[in-house]
Amino acid sequence: MTDSSDYIVDLQQITFRRGSRLIFDGVDIRIPRGKVTGIMGPSGCGKTTLLRLIGAQLRPDSGAILVNGENIPELGREQLFAARQHMGMLFQSGALFTDLSVFENVAFPLRVHTQLSEDMIRDLVLLKLQAVGLRGARELMPDELSGGMKRRVALARAIALDPQLMMYDEPFVGQDPISMGVLVRLIRLLNDAMGLTSIVVSHDLAETASIADYLYVVGDGQVLGHGTPEELMNSDKPRIRQFMQGEPDGPVPFHYQAPDYLSDLLHREQK
Amino acid sequence: MSVMSRIALLGRAGLDTISALGRSGVFLFNALLGRTRFGNSFTLLLKQLYAVGVLSLAIIIVSGLFIGMVLALQGYNILVGYGSEQAVGQMVALTLLRELGPVVTALLFAGRAGSALTAEIGLMKATEQLSSMEMIGVDPLKYVIAPRLWAGFISMPLLSMIFCVVGIWGGALVAVDWLGVYSGSYWSNMQNSVEFFDDVLNGVVKAVVFAFVVTWIAVFQGYDCEPTSEGISRATTRTVVYASLSVLGLDFILTALMF
Repeated sequence: MTDSSDYIVDLQQITFRRGSRLIFDGVDIRIPRGKVTGIMGPSGCGKTTLLRLIGAQLRPDSGAILVNGENIPELGREQLFAARQHMGMLFQSGALFTDLSVFENVAFPLRVHTQLSEDMIRDLVLLKLQAVGLRGARELMPDELSGGMKRRVALARAIALDPQLMMYDEPFVGQDPISMGVLVRLIRLLNDAMGLTSIVVSHDLAETASIADYLYVVGDGQVLGHGTPEELMNSDKPRIRQFMQGEPDGPVPFHYQAPDYLSDLLHREQK
Repeated sequence: MSVMSRIALLGRAGLDTISALGRSGVFLFNALLGRTRFGNSFTLLLKQLYAVGVLSLAIIIVSGLFIGMVLALQGYNILVGYGSEQAVGQMVALTLLRELGPVVTALLFAGRAGSALTAEIGLMKATEQLSSMEMIGVDPLKYVIAPRLWAGFISMPLLSMIFCVVGIWGGALVAVDWLGVYSGSYWSNMQNSVEFFDDVLNGVVKAVVFAFVVTWIAVFQGYDCEPTSEGISRATTRTVVYASLSVLGLDFILTALMF
């Protein structure tokens, strides 16, 4: 697989366990270059784990994770840190460095990875902050920002080194409608303007479907289905339909596994 | 609980301990060895020397002063019964240099700086700051851990020396200025009996060993903690308990070897 191949990330037969729990069981996912790919699924199905596997913060039990043709789990520590310079990740919490100002947070990757002059760093930081609309907030500290602003600063920091691959971990969780709209627009805009490839992990169906070119639905350690948002909306697979239509009951039952309701009520000696 | 499951629990605890020891060894190795790619590592070290060392000065100086004063007072009360209160300077100096200087500094350091290191690193882990640093392509072991380790290694022996100096001066304050021991005999008895290699240097060696152990435990507990509020609080407690016990245990071994 070469650098110019159609897929920037290629997960092949990934198996991953956490303790005795099987999170992924032979999963194949391919992320097309230059597109926004959504990875959706119910909470706790391992979506964030997937991003951490691609970023090699976790190692799979078996399978290959090719990013630009390099098998990420096999890289040494030094090579891995070099490979990560081409990836950007937006964490759910923003994960800004609390002892640094907004400006210094965005400047951090530039300072540690480049030999640019102070003037150049300033210009680049302002450029990135302008892209997320927070140029005026550069002197503030992270604890003076709202949740949505934190995420935008973290986004500016993640794109500071112009990565090829941007990963978003639940970018829409806990956002008010305005911040949500801003983030949705930004993800699409940055992807197209900077020629990125974006992976958006989310369970917010409407937002993700509105910006994604391609969707994967994962659950039960498997890929339940994949396709364009329209294809998935019209899918006749019951699991996909339940998720895409947001039906409370279906193949994923409303009730957690329990004994029969009537006999449970009648046997009072059991707690 | 059956006998077998008790044995299994014991085995599990043993395995956990050995695996934690292994992790902490690899952690130390990765943090300290290999080149640092970041040009500003000296600035990072300086910042930590301030946080870990300079900010611990107050507690070290105040404790050193009082411990020196108490030693002189207790020593004088005992020695005066034998008519040898002139030896109080010698007693204060030897006690501080050989034992109390390094040991009490290490215990105070574990409580003041060690717990702060653990909590800070643990909170950075819980708020995904360490993960995001990794994803930016910066190794937190080199950027966050290494400067804190070096700052501890460098500052604790210095703090221990300051502790001894202030303690000896506090002893003089009580013995000479208050209790009326002749100042010439306080200082000259001390000068005659304290050997540079046997006493001063051995004390410094102890301080260096304690600095290494306390700082290692503190940063490892922070880095290895469960990233929740209970996890951080448990890790902070563990730092103080493990560091204090290790210091006291090692002190016995070192004393047996040295003197």
